[in-house]
Amino acid sequence: MQWFKSAVDWLCNPPILFTLIFIVFFLAYLWKKLTWLWTPRACVVIFLAGGLFVAYGLTDPNFRAIVTKPDNVPIVGMLFLTGFFSWLSMYLGTRNDARIGKNLPPEEKLESEIKILVWPDLVYTEFLCMILWSVLLIIWSIYLKAPIEEPANPAKTPNPSKAPWYFLGLQEMLVYYDPWIAGVLLPGLIIVGLMALPYIDPNKKGNGYYTFAERKWEILTFQFGYLVLWVMMIITGTFFRGPNQNFFGPFERWDVHKVVPLSNINLSEVFWVKMLNLGLPGNWLVREGLGIILVLAYFTVIPMFLGRTLFKRFFEKMGMVRFQILMFLLLCMVSLPIKMYLRWLFNMHYVVAIPEYFFNI
Amino acid sequence: MADAPRKSLFTQFRESQIWNSIFRHGPPDNTRNRSLAVLTNVFLHLHPVKVRKSGLRLKYTWCAGGTTFFLFLVETVTGLLLMFYYRPTAEYAFSDILDLRAQVPLGIMREIHRWGAHAMVIAVWLHMLRVFMTGSYKPPREFNWNIGVLLLVLTLLLSFTGYLLPWDQLAMWAVTVGSNMARATPFLGNEGPGAALLKVGDISLVTAGDDARFALLAGRFVGAAALLRFYVLHCVGIPLVAAVLMAVHFWRVRKDGGISGPL
Ligand code: HEM
Repeated sequence: MQWFKSAVDWLCNPPILFTLIFIVFFLAYLWKKLTWLWTPRACVVIFLAGGLFVAYGLTDPNFRAIVTKPDNVPIVGMLFLTGFFSWLSMYLGTRNDARIGKNLPPEEKLESEIKILVWPDLVYTEFLCMILWSVLLIIWSIYLKAPIEEPANPAKTPNPSKAPWYFLGLQEMLVYYDPWIAGVLLPGLIIVGLMALPYIDPNKKGNGYYTFAERKWEILTFQFGYLVLWVMMIITGTFFRGPNQNFFGPFERWDVHKVVPLSNINLSEVFWVKMLNLGLPGNWLVREGLGIILVLAYFTVIPMFLGRTLFKRFFEKMGMVRFQILMFLLLCMVSLPIKMYLRWLFNMHYVVAIPEYFFNI
Repeated sequence: MADAPRKSLFTQFRESQIWNSIFRHGPPDNTRNRSLAVLTNVFLHLHPVKVRKSGLRLKYTWCAGGTTFFLFLVETVTGLLLMFYYRPTAEYAFSDILDLRAQVPLGIMREIHRWGAHAMVIAVWLHMLRVFMTGSYKPPREFNWNIGVLLLVLTLLLSFTGYLLPWDQLAMWAVTVGSNMARATPFLGNEGPGAALLKVGDISLVTAGDDARFALLAGRFVGAAALLRFYVLHCVGIPLVAAVLMAVHFWRVRKDGGISGPL
């Protein structure tokens, strides 16, 4: 089975992993032939396969070492739960879509006029939920001990040093962005974007029931951010980053001495040194001019262009201000995959590099 | 007298003055008393008397919001128990954590607290996913979605501040990595873009000794002062704010027309 392990290790390499995930993500949601994914049978198959994979992986010492670390066990659970509930919402959504296609109301409508007494019906459900969770937590706590390592020692930096697991997606972004973007700007924009969502979503449909057809773009955007850029980044940061933040496949041993050649290069170096055969200009504005223009163009030309072509309908419906805010947030989100590919394909380090002012993009 | 049926002990208790002083309605076996059971109870009356059947379905809500709240309560209770034993000082914190397992009866409180916290983070994400997928953030629930986002942030902050308290290598360095980000805050962190511009004459206003990271850690590195600061935020500050926001959140669920449903 060595070939299988090597193949998995190879597939988990971020450039390959994320390319695959991008493709699978969009095909799963948009390709008509793949709608069988949202059936119970597909769910069972996928979960059996996932379960088998983890079970098989646990026979491998390297896989076991990283997956059974106490704090990582819940993350495996999170992956399965996120997968299941994403599936469930699509299953219920596509079922409703089929009904709506036949001019029937969504399933929820059948029961939404019926009023039910809170006591005993709701109180009963809440009570059951509480008991179930209590039992689960107690069993979980008996069998899995909370981690405790050596006493805190400021003089001894562990390798790798990782943030708590729910922030590992942000830490993973540090591979592609400087801390001021990965650790401050993007988290801030996630919060702002979530808060702005109800005010910039122009679609009035799909309020109060599961549907996909009526909310395709919203769901694609949200799930792309949540499943791909948040959950999968956490998975990568947790399971595939070892010493020195180097990449390690799940079956690979964490070797502190693994050397990964770094040959990252800034856009200004490509432009002035490689293309023009000149030295880097001393003035930072001249040096980084091209990058600055590109970044500004990215945030101004693209919205203007899209507002007149592909997104004309949205633009007219939403008005200038809301459209600009929506586009800005979307472009910030998409900038992450763009920056990833710039790195993987061209070893691009910074598009704009002004270390004088800690301003690197 | 002789042929009157004997009342069960429970029925007798139910008719006693003690019971009637607590519950001011008869047994909940008819609609009136069932309504009163909700209306006259301070905890239950966050609920309306009746709800939509569709909103009650497990497949609709996944009980994710309720689970999040329940886990918050679990964390409150277990956290309180942990506070009896744990002292937030560099000298004692680590050994107190060890003692929790070795010396304290029922030594799984720390486990329940830690796994409950992880579960709460996961539950709040799933709750957000379900609210999104049912379009429940759309009018008239925009404001409550925003309260929710704040609760999401607070949940993560609760978890983050708690992560430091065991005062082991895992804790110290996770928080070091996390708080290093604050150093790069634009204008407010000493390595953030723009901070170099903030100076009076030759004197920088934003330095490692007064920037955003310093405010978070009460020092230039994760030390005893950071431990105390995180402890206070974790046990008092953030839970207090979260509890208030949860009250608003639940109130608004009701005032916005109950769990969402198709119009
Ligand atoms: C500590 C965190 C939270 C707690 C304890 C909580 C609790 C709840 C509860 C118990 C409900 C009732 C329905 C249900 O169980 O689904 C609810 C509804 C709701 N929550 Fe949360 N929630 C939290 C965080 C959030 C977050 C992060 C969001 C969104 C970003 C959110 C947005 C909403 C909205 C919009 C509703 C109304 C849904 C509807 O009417 O269908 N909440 N919340």
